[in-house]
Amino acid sequence: MIESRTGKWETVIGLEIHAQVVSKAKLFSGAGTDFGAEPNTQVSPVDAAFPGMLPVINRFCVEQAVRTGLGLAAEINSASVFERKNYFYPDLPAGYQISQYLHPVVGRGRISLDMPDGTVREIGITRLHLEQDAGKSLHDQHPTVTYIDLNRAGIALMEIVSEPDLRSAEEAGVYLRKLRSILRYLGTCDGNMEEGSLRCDCNISVRRPGEALGTRCEIKNLNSIRHVMQAIDHEARRQIELIEEGGRIEQQTRLFDVGRGITRPMRSKEEAHDYRYFPDPDLLPLVLDPDWVERIRVDLPELPDAKKARFMSEYGLSAADAGVLVAEKETALFFERVVEGRDAKAAANWVMGDLFGALNRLGIGIGRSPVSAGQLGALIDLIADGTVSGRLAKDVFAEMVAIGSDPAAIVAAKGLRQVTDRAAIETAIDTVLAAQADKVAEYRAGRDKLYGFFVGQIMRATQGKANPAVVNQLLKKKLAG
Amino acid sequence: MSDPALLALDLAEARDGLTRRLFSARELAAAYNDAVAEAEPLNAYITPTPERALAMADASDGRLARGEALPLDGIPVAVKDLYCTKGVLTTAGSHILHGFCPPYESTVTEKLWQSGAVMLGKTNLDEFAMGSSNTTSWYGPVENPWRRPADNRPLVPGGSSGGSAAAVAARAALAATGTDTGGSIRQPASFCGIVGLKPTYGRCSRWGVVAYASSLDHPGPMGRTVRDVAITLGAMAGHDPRDSTSAPVPVPNFEAMLGDNIEGLRIGIPREYCVAGMPSEIEALWQQGVEWLRSAGAEPVEISLPMTKYALPAYYIIALAEASSNLARYDGVRFGLRVEGDSLAEMYELTRAAGFGAEVRRRVLIGTYVLSAGYYDAYYLKAQRVRTLIARDFASAFERVDCILTPTAPSAAFAIGEKSGDPIEMYLNDVFTVPANLAGVPAASVPAGLSGDGLPLGLQIIGRAFDEATVLRVAEILERAASFRHLPGFVAGGGS
Repeated sequence: MIESRTGKWETVIGLEIHAQVVSKAKLFSGAGTDFGAEPNTQVSPVDAAFPGMLPVINRFCVEQAVRTGLGLAAEINSASVFERKNYFYPDLPAGYQISQYLHPVVGRGRISLDMPDGTVREIGITRLHLEQDAGKSLHDQHPTVTYIDLNRAGIALMEIVSEPDLRSAEEAGVYLRKLRSILRYLGTCDGNMEEGSLRCDCNISVRRPGEALGTRCEIKNLNSIRHVMQAIDHEARRQIELIEEGGRIEQQTRLFDVGRGITRPMRSKEEAHDYRYFPDPDLLPLVLDPDWVERIRVDLPELPDAKKARFMSEYGLSAADAGVLVAEKETALFFERVVEGRDAKAAANWVMGDLFGALNRLGIGIGRSPVSAGQLGALIDLIADGTVSGRLAKDVFAEMVAIGSDPAAIVAAKGLRQVTDRAAIETAIDTVLAAQADKVAEYRAGRDKLYGFFVGQIMRATQGKANPAVVNQLLKKKLAG
Repeated sequence: MSDPALLALDLAEARDGLTRRLFSARELAAAYNDAVAEAEPLNAYITPTPERALAMADASDGRLARGEALPLDGIPVAVKDLYCTKGVLTTAGSHILHGFCPPYESTVTEKLWQSGAVMLGKTNLDEFAMGSSNTTSWYGPVENPWRRPADNRPLVPGGSSGGSAAAVAARAALAATGTDTGGSIRQPASFCGIVGLKPTYGRCSRWGVVAYASSLDHPGPMGRTVRDVAITLGAMAGHDPRDSTSAPVPVPNFEAMLGDNIEGLRIGIPREYCVAGMPSEIEALWQQGVEWLRSAGAEPVEISLPMTKYALPAYYIIALAEASSNLARYDGVRFGLRVEGDSLAEMYELTRAAGFGAEVRRRVLIGTYVLSAGYYDAYYLKAQRVRTLIARDFASAFERVDCILTPTAPSAAFAIGEKSGDPIEMYLNDVFTVPANLAGVPAASVPAGLSGDGLPLGLQIIGRAFDEATVLRVAEILERAASFRHLPGFVAGGGS
């Protein structure tokens, strides 16, 4: 809800996501899909729409779409139809995009969102369909000439359309992160927004709570979650202000101006294209064998919701911790390797605490972590068997991040092995207490706070290697006299 | 053998002569190269490829000498300039493909070359195969080698495969490829006194054939005799994984299936094909065809194809809708003609205005209109329903009969310019041929007689899907019965 001078407003948001399918070849040609290749090196005559060229569906791309549909708990349509969406643009070589319109390959599904306040929101998926990407117009190569790069032309996209179930920029952000996480778990889209593998169009309207839907505006081509959230916030406030000033919302396509943080009109309903959709006569209807779909279903990986539930039941983690650990597939896999045969709480704390902290400082993802899951597990083992103290383990970890060696090697090289030899510790205690005889007297007179001081002195004397439990036990005995 | 004697051989005879080494493939190719040059006034070829013909003939001679002859080794054929041929100018009869040399070879022509056929050149056609008279080509009209003895005016060869039909009729090719979207193989075959077959949809790959209307485009053979067409079809046909609409069905030996008798075969005679204004001589010829088949032992059966009258309007909606989209790629950006403008929109407008002729522009506009918001249901969707009903008409007819006999066209060849005033009158030429395109069933035209003013007239045999064998068998019976031996006024080598 947005509170304005005239009362409460509700924002209604639906998202259309264009997710690039992970596939070595394009949707209707055998050309490659490598990101960042030299312009026009991944183009077949089919992609360039040369005369007489015909599309042939890439079975693997269909499999990826079906897998995604199953991952979104959606209906898989046994028959779907490719249609032509006709419009002229230089980076659209055929003058039409092959897409699905009336009969998409995937129907209704859903995504559940874990909101930060602990509530769960169910968001409906309207449909998922397969379509071709367009090429890229390069306007910055020459002052008056536009160049065309067709590497992207024909690459398979999944358009995933949500119901207008989202109610805030925050929910839209959570939805996008969750969808991206599911796609990555499934391996059907790499979710790299900066490379354009995941792009988002937002449909936004506002209304008084309980009233009918307002007129919507569509904001095209947002390529980061932050921009999606900024655009929604700005657009909702723009619409509210316009209505409050007595204006009317016009159905429009708008663009988000990243620099100014505002949305501005691209084209109005009157200027909207008439795409003249009709079934592509070069392609037969796409008919799926139910057994084939079933085999894909059986092979689905464990998805974030199921993994979270299992982390909670199997490892006794809190919902919040489990949620953090499953959000990214790589994190979850990392954690599962660390936790194997070890204390789950300790494993979770190390991954979410020291490891995340280090990765954040280095500005890298867990996939490039300098500390492997095996190494982190080994460190936890060294703590558990008393080889290093919890405090020294932090130093060992810092060294692991810096030089990437095994913890045991660092402990040995730096002499960080914990001292549990009672005689050695007793000697250290005796030395400290003898040197601080006046403080000992004060303590015995009732200044309990000095206990910590003695522990600190003893640890310093042992370079932190003394086993804290043994120190406590012996020190208490000595002070008690 | 002299040139005229070589040119007088049909494909089957030439194949025989080559195998028996009575003459070399090079001699045959050279004779045909000369014939192509001699036939130049007909404007049947846009791009002759004489050197390629000789080189391919030499390769054939090598194989023939080694006893490794391929099915069509040394047979000179012409290629409708709608088929992409690697490294050879491919125009579709349009200025918009100015200078376009494809970096690939169409599946059908590739198969022909793999069968040993020799390429004579690329034949003229209506622009983007849009026309029934071969007068819409950027490269000028094609003349029919036939003329009315009475007035000697140049006549159209029919269209859109008019160049192919004229070349075969004038002995400037032994056979040719055509494409048939609404009659573009059969109608020119009828006008030029040759045999043309539109195979079943999916029998010959469309890969590498410039698209007019994808769901209606049928590549197919044209030749002097039914046997020649059966041989050529065998080399052109077959499943192609690069064309999703290509049928994964085996290709029978069409030639070997000729010659069987047609005793007991039921021949459907559709009463709806008796259209108002059809010349009585065509009706008489049709009746004659019925009698020929009856005397060969077949049983004529009157049938009804009630949806026939809706075929032409449905065709002109579906074909033009698809064409409007298929031709969007000719935008001046990547190949062919570009006329620079001050803005992108202007470049598009100038390029397409200069590149497309009037008939293509008309069809793109109509096609765009019938697909546009608010009209789609009334036109395109309704036309698709009609199409389904027409296919059903044929399906139920083929429960009762084995094939259907009709005239190929409602008239003989007309003079160039005679019908150019009214596009609808031109469209009516396709009235008998269009239904088979909508249903995707095979249909052939075979020359069956001459009109009163001395021009060839064809009869059409329509068959069940993938039953080209029966169509060809019946066509050969008609061919034999009609014993059509007439030659056009112009034949290369002077005729012999």
